Amino acid sequence: MTVQELPGAAAYRPTPPPAWKPITDPAPLLPDPEPYRVLGTDAVADVDPELLLRLHAELVRGRRYNAQATALTKQGRLAVYPSSTGQEACEIAAALVLEERDWLFPSYRDTLAAVARGLDPVEALTLLRGDRHTGYDPREHRIAPLCTPLATQLPHAVGLAHAARLKGDDVVALAMVGDGGTSEGDFHEALNFAAVWKAPVVFFVQNNGFAISVPLAKQTAAPSLAHKAVGYGMPGRLVDGNDAAAVHQVLSEAVARARRGEGPTLVEAVTYRMEAHTNADDATRYRVDSEVEAWKAHDPVRLLEHELTGRGLLDDEGIAQAKEAAEHMAAALRDRMNADPELTPMDLFTHVYAEQTSQLREQAAGLRAELDAEQDHDEHGAEAGR
Amino acid sequence: MTTAAVTADGRRTKAKPATMAQALGRALRDSMAEDPTVHVLGEDVGTLGGVFRITDGLAKEFGDDRCTDTPLAEAGILGAAVGMAMYGLRPVVEMQFDAFAYPAFEQLMSHVAKMRNRTGGAMPLPITVRVPYGGGIGGVEHHSDSSEAYYMATPGLHVVTPATVEDAYGLLRESIASDDPVIFLEPKRLYWSKADWSPEAPAPVEPIGKAVVRRSGRGATLITYGPSLPVCMEAAEAAVAEGWDLEVVDLRSLVPFDDETVAASVRRTGRAVVVHESPGFGGPGGEIAARITERCFHHLEAPVLRVAGFDIPYPPPMLERHHLPGVDRVLDAVARLQWEADS
Ligand SMILES: Cc1ncc(C[n+]2csc(CCOP(=O)(O)OP(=O)(O)O)c2C)c(N)n1
Repeated sequence: MTVQELPGAAAYRPTPPPAWKPITDPAPLLPDPEPYRVLGTDAVADVDPELLLRLHAELVRGRRYNAQATALTKQGRLAVYPSSTGQEACEIAAALVLEERDWLFPSYRDTLAAVARGLDPVEALTLLRGDRHTGYDPREHRIAPLCTPLATQLPHAVGLAHAARLKGDDVVALAMVGDGGTSEGDFHEALNFAAVWKAPVVFFVQNNGFAISVPLAKQTAAPSLAHKAVGYGMPGRLVDGNDAAAVHQVLSEAVARARRGEGPTLVEAVTYRMEAHTNADDATRYRVDSEVEAWKAHDPVRLLEHELTGRGLLDDEGIAQAKEAAEHMAAALRDRMNADPELTPMDLFTHVYAEQTSQLREQAAGLRAELDAEQDHDEHGAEAGR
Repeated sequence: MTTAAVTADGRRTKAKPATMAQALGRALRDSMAEDPTVHVLGEDVGTLGGVFRITDGLAKEFGDDRCTDTPLAEAGILGAAVGMAMYGLRPVVEMQFDAFAYPAFEQLMSHVAKMRNRTGGAMPLPITVRVPYGGGIGGVEHHSDSSEAYYMATPGLHVVTPATVEDAYGLLRESIASDDPVIFLEPKRLYWSKADWSPEAPAPVEPIGKAVVRRSGRGATLITYGPSLPVCMEAAEAAVAEGWDLEVVDLRSLVPFDDETVAASVRRTGRAVVVHESPGFGGPGGEIAARITERCFHHLEAPVLRVAGFDIPYPPPMLERHHLPGVDRVLDAVARLQWEADS
């Protein structure tokens, strides 16, 4: 191509823009094009069989938990439940890679991760049951409140991890988000902050194919969600989200990297939401059965079971035992959820501020009077009826 | 001009003219020196010292980790502050201008305001969000909004705004010490207002939530805050010539709201005008007028009036003087309180 010379142009010597130099070499940050797998590959030989068995037991229990919670919605004991059936490998690995001092930042779908981390199964459901927003003290288990506004928990994870590092604490935050959530501004701001601050955070995207009804292709034009990491200067990793061993390994490496002070990682797990968005959603409106069937053949529990039985680490009895333990958990959950939660209306005013404003004290007195009147009425009515 | 002030331990010290901006900076500095968990973060707060120079010198004195230049992302800044507070720090966030706090509304509404409540009291968030607000400085668009009504309408937030140099220092110290999130609204056009003030002997400040009577009078009460306080003080002086004896109440805090001081004043005077520069429709004045009516109906000689900015997006700087309620508009309102009928 020839460029027409401007008068006097010969006097100029083209130079590169003075300030330009790349901050980071992008090549090592790029994810592999294929999701990383362990089960059914040679890599599985390096995995501790104990870990595989633990993952299996937790997966079986998690699957049962999802089924039980969904059943509870049908009995009217839960207002709503977003099942993570099909995504158990992600949920369990997220919980198991963390040390006790680490923090988990779950979204509304990640009840299972919170339970696998040790949260009381009933406390984990209070948000969805509707009696309390957060049924637990986040500091006790180091689990942030289950978060409903998409991706908004991600900057919190960054801030907490940053604060921990400033205090000299060896703490990592693992923040979970869905594929749809990666389109939110908070996702991008969190990634950028984390990379600039080298905060010890792992961002874990469960790409389950849909944001309610919207498929990934309408969500992003990127080669993969893991590729988004590169633009922020952090490594992106792509993993088979139904391969519990692979997810555990990739997240462990990302956590270790964060702990070493090398900064955040974005991990995308490719998985599939086997059930509807929540019990209130009709998935047949936006996806075909053949797709669901194809993913059934790649079920996380079956993948792991197949591997373990094939290697002689698990037999029918072991499988039955895992199922029995899961049934126990489900029965206990059912029993406890069948008890009506205790509601204390005056609590409406208790935790808005450290100290109630005079406006709130006035309103609380009003409600107190209403409640007393109701009680009087009930007692009076009961007496009259006797 | 210098006058003497007396420190808490009885020493006499020189009070020199100081600006509100300096007092705010000093409050940040003293809070950081006293409490190592206080961290300042925002855009340009480090080397530059903030676009209004409020954070000048903090990065130098306390280091980048305590006074941090963040990436340019308000939701990210406030969201990170939430996480920092979850881990036991006391973040003080600077929003560069009122309108640039809007990208952070999601974090503010969904998390900052609600975390204590969501967690049943287990996780309070001691965050202070400093927002320079209001007009009158000839700023181009998006630099002069009065956003207090949005914050007031969000339970879980305290909303505080100083109008004097002393209060700027005292209220900011109180806000940073608060275990609840505080939206600290800084009236930009008073940043350069001066008072004889000694940081060694700051005037004692009551806890957040107390209004103060800045001028006593028996004829009518002007209720105001932040940037409109000087306007009301000037109006009250001018009113003397008309034979009107006005009381001026400076709210200092919009949430909590000091019903007691306001109602006591209006019961004394029987007449009230609420003055603020944010738009009147859906603005703080409507709420305040309603509260007064509920509490003082039988003491009122006239309806409670509002003098507010027009219900328009903030105008271009060459027109802002027409928008901002000035002394004349305040006096017109006072005149409309059926004054003659009574005297
Ligand atoms: C900020 C925000 N916008 C909209 C919603 C409503 N909403 C709830 S879940 C959802 C889809 C989320 O999809 P994705 O991030 O892929 O997570 P998944 O549900 O698949 O786990 C939407 C739009 C929300 N919770 N928050």
